[in-house]
Amino acid sequence: MNEPETIIRFVDVSKIYPLPAGDVVALDHVDLEIEAGEFVAVMGPSGSGKSTLLNLIGCLDTPSSGTLSIKGKDIGTLSDDDLTRLRRDHIGFIFQQFNLIPLLDVIENVEFPRVLKERRSGCDEACLELLDAVGLEPELHTHRPAELSGGQQQRVAIARALINEPEILLADEPTGNLDTKTGEGIMDLLTQMNRRGKTIIMVTHDTNIAAYAHRRVHLVDGRIA
Amino acid sequence: MKGVAGIFLTFAVRNLRRHWVRSGLAAFGIVIGVAAIATLGILSNNLIVLFSGIVADVSDTVVVTPHLAAASGDPFDPRSALAGGLTERDLDRIERAVGPYRAVPIFQTAELLEKSRKKGYVPVIVLHRDDIPVLLDVEDGALPPPSGKSVLVGSLLAEEAGVRAGGRITLGGEDVRVAGVLEERGMAIDINPDYAVVVTHGWYTGRHPEPAYDRVVVKVTDLGDIPAVKEAIEDQFNRRKEVVDVQDSREVLELFYQTYDAISIFLLGIGGVALLVAGVSILNVMIISVTERFHEIGVMRSIGARRTEVMRMFLYEALVLGVAGSLVGGAVSTLAGMAVTASVAETVFAGYGTVPTGLGPEGIGSVLLGMGFGLGTSLLSGVYPAWKASRLDPIEALRYE
Repeated sequence: MNEPETIIRFVDVSKIYPLPAGDVVALDHVDLEIEAGEFVAVMGPSGSGKSTLLNLIGCLDTPSSGTLSIKGKDIGTLSDDDLTRLRRDHIGFIFQQFNLIPLLDVIENVEFPRVLKERRSGCDEACLELLDAVGLEPELHTHRPAELSGGQQQRVAIARALINEPEILLADEPTGNLDTKTGEGIMDLLTQMNRRGKTIIMVTHDTNIAAYAHRRVHLVDGRIA
Repeated sequence: MKGVAGIFLTFAVRNLRRHWVRSGLAAFGIVIGVAAIATLGILSNNLIVLFSGIVADVSDTVVVTPHLAAASGDPFDPRSALAGGLTERDLDRIERAVGPYRAVPIFQTAELLEKSRKKGYVPVIVLHRDDIPVLLDVEDGALPPPSGKSVLVGSLLAEEAGVRAGGRITLGGEDVRVAGVLEERGMAIDINPDYAVVVTHGWYTGRHPEPAYDRVVVKVTDLGDIPAVKEAIEDQFNRRKEVVDVQDSREVLELFYQTYDAISIFLLGIGGVALLVAGVSILNVMIISVTERFHEIGVMRSIGARRTEVMRMFLYEALVLGVAGSLVGGAVSTLAGMAVTASVAETVFAGYGTVPTGLGPEGIGSVLLGMGFGLGTSLLSGVYPAWKASRLDPIEALRYE
């Protein structure tokens, strides 16, 4: 049996936001390793640094000190373009607010990250299979986000996160805006994706939702408790 | 199947359509700017075509006129009102100065012309009979005989008054025969006979006191001699003080072109100001558009859009506004330019030459120039907002509601 690969590695990572009122330490000397295929729930009270941790893994930000490696690359040394490419090709985002682009319909929203990656568009079989896999009926494919329910929007967002076949899925309170039943449907979908080999890091307040994960990481005041 | 450009264009068009009133007003600014530049360009070009068409080719002509105080730069000098005159002695001196070239003395006055029920004062150009063929061609009929009651009539006047060679008119209360109708000549710096009657010196002096000439036209057939001829005349008359003014048609045309250039630059400036205002309007619309879409920009960045791609997306919006505004502006200015030219030609240049109705290569150039400026202004106005959008911190942008 192969040794599991460490896909994300925090070594003594701190993130400090300089503010006029004084520096805010969002992450304080964090060490953390996440292996490929893991399903990790990041928990903690507001202001504990969960979102900062997720933003760093998503290459939306870089550490103030320490080393964060994603797929073996130290993100602190990468340019903005390189970080964007890493995010585009290897990381999928799922947000609490779904964050679909209102000007685009379902198909266009899903294929948008692939257009950015492969410089071409057109919903092929893989794209339709993905929409089918997340349980979105074909008659909704040409609808705009505003015409969909919260659950349907989150399914489209998951399909969008998966279109470039990323190894890592980042989910920020993915069920926070959904009713319990719809939320369970979304969590089943994420569990299914995890079984297919995706590494999932999910921020949540909800212990029931966190129960879907293999491992829980608790953050308090920017430190792992 | 469309690429990145296609999906960004879709974004741009849908966003502009979402705020169609705002977008329409911004594009309207470009329409006005493009139309201003192009219409004024077409008008200027057509006027120069029109002017060139009605100006007779008299490049071999030097005109000597008595010097007026106004010509010295003082328009309030009362002597300006007194038309000077050139005497027979002056004519002799000019003839001596110009050597082999022909000097044609001219006097111009006005007489009442009556033909059927039409009557009105017309210019009368007085020429020695032998000099007439030097300056004018008879289209219909013949030169008037040395003596007798015959005159020549300019082509446009003949047409308007319904006069033909062999016909009769009443000039200065006297019944005269029309010996011939002149060929259309166009405007020139020497004489403008198209709306005039030409009579012989003999005919005139038989009825009026001997006049002083108000100009002497010298035909310098070798164009290279023009400067020398002008200098010789100046030497004869103007050594102590200005007695005569000596001009050639090139000088007059040069003055016209200088004036034309100045007017063109002025008109271009007006169009430029209109475009500047349009540019500010687009800048405003684009800044609003970027501000409204902070969150969307954050989402795009988080799913893999690079800074340059975000920038492109907003530049496409400015481009769509510019293309739409320039196309409409180009169409409007094509129609407006031709209409304004026709109107000016019919009022200011009534009866002279053929009115240009089309655009011509210069007109098309003006429309393209206007459209180019419109497009450039839009893109330039889009650069700052697009750059601003591309520099947004994705985390800050995502947080923005």
